[in-house]
Amino acid sequence: MCLGIPGKVIRIVDREKSLGTVDMGGVTRTVNLLCVVDDQRSIDACVGIWVLVHVGFAMQVLDEAEAKRTISLLNEMGRNNEVRG
Amino acid sequence: MKYVDDFRSPDLATGVLREINVLMERIGTTAESPIRIMEVCGGHTHTISKFGLDSLLPPGVQFVHGPGCPVCVLPTGAIDTAIAVAEQPNIIFTTFGDVMRVPGSESSLAVAKARGADVRVVYAPSDALAIAQQNPQKRVVFFAIGFETTAPATALTVLQAEKENVANFSILCHHVLVIPPLRALLEDSKMCATAEGLSTHSINVQESLKMGRLHGFLAPGHVSMVIGTKPYEPLAQTYHKPFVVAGFEPVDILMSLVMVLRQIANGRAEVENQYNRVVRPDGNPAAMRAVLRVFTPTANREWRGIGNLPESGLALRPEYQQWDVFAHLTVPQREAADPKICQCGQVLRGEVEPWECKVFATACTPETPIGACMVSSEGACAAYYNYGRLAPNKRLPLAPTMGR
Repeated sequence: MCLGIPGKVIRIVDREKSLGTVDMGGVTRTVNLLCVVDDQRSIDACVGIWVLVHVGFAMQVLDEAEAKRTISLLNEMGRNNEVRG
Repeated sequence: MKYVDDFRSPDLATGVLREINVLMERIGTTAESPIRIMEVCGGHTHTISKFGLDSLLPPGVQFVHGPGCPVCVLPTGAIDTAIAVAEQPNIIFTTFGDVMRVPGSESSLAVAKARGADVRVVYAPSDALAIAQQNPQKRVVFFAIGFETTAPATALTVLQAEKENVANFSILCHHVLVIPPLRALLEDSKMCATAEGLSTHSINVQESLKMGRLHGFLAPGHVSMVIGTKPYEPLAQTYHKPFVVAGFEPVDILMSLVMVLRQIANGRAEVENQYNRVVRPDGNPAAMRAVLRVFTPTANREWRGIGNLPESGLALRPEYQQWDVFAHLTVPQREAADPKICQCGQVLRGEVEPWECKVFATACTPETPIGACMVSSEGACAAYYNYGRLAPNKRLPLAPTMGR
């Protein structure tokens, strides 16, 4: 139910209703971007960003820096526990 | 796919599994008296079953499946009400696909559709609004279910209906909140004794493990994307349980387990966030504002298997009552008991494993479900059935530990 699918905003289709087209692994759909638009990010600035889509609404912007930080923590965990000898 | 493949990497998973083994050697629990970690969300249950994660763990730690599947916690009476609404004249009833086959006391929405009711599956509440705009002569009802993840989409759709004055659009509201059932599970003395007086200082592993049946939680990632990480803090402190907000890929789940086990090993009980590529401490304030503008907590809400919980659901605020289906039509609202043979309640409380239920995979299958946990793709029973987990879990040989 709480399924969230990452996708990239490829174009804005309706500025007034904050609707954009999101590409989710090759499948595109019109998505409501109201919850990811704010004073810092205009509707036009959404093009190119990655969002998490739930029931047709973008609910959060994916943070690439945090994703990289998590992966580097995971790599570190792997290195610390390498089988030795 | 970006943000998906990395978190399914077998190389990363192997390193994390070794870390789990190292931690479990330190904690020292056994299969007879294991550490039990509840994954709250049905999405997590699905990942664990699909990737067989629990068969990779050392015997001293177990996943326990929680109540975080909104379809599974719908009581039988709510389905009966939905069917009664759908069968009224001049109605188009729209719902998420998961709900179609959930059994009510006599039939399901799928059966109602077969009998001639106009029941349609939609992907988004905004799709239901579009159907209302295309069918002005009909009343279009959207069955609004789901946790805080889904409530903002319903709220924004109601606000859009108001803005565009789509007067023939209504919702049948059964949104629920995630904190009340967790508090109820923690309050239940069978599950977890409270840690009165222990919350202010760290305690050792053995003390922590004596505290009830559940020892830590993987908090639901996508609910937290909306509500943030702070709402779990009173639970972590009051009941002295670690909470880690977890992502949905297999490496996310394993890494979150490491974070819970580290807390247990060090006697900590804090809220941590593994899914920080999506979840911010404050959640999504714009989404929460929409929810609070349109909805208010209900006095009471019935949960399958858990019973009535105060302030555990959302209802439309008085100023948005005209969007409530019951402002336009009346149907008999009945309380209906769940089938006696079905053990969904105990499954949802983490008291029995799906395969322990008397009717699991015999009378109750996804084709002929008796309980809701077998219907929803995120239900624990469906996850076990679909991935062939029909009997007690067999653990695979452990990933090699450090060769010291």
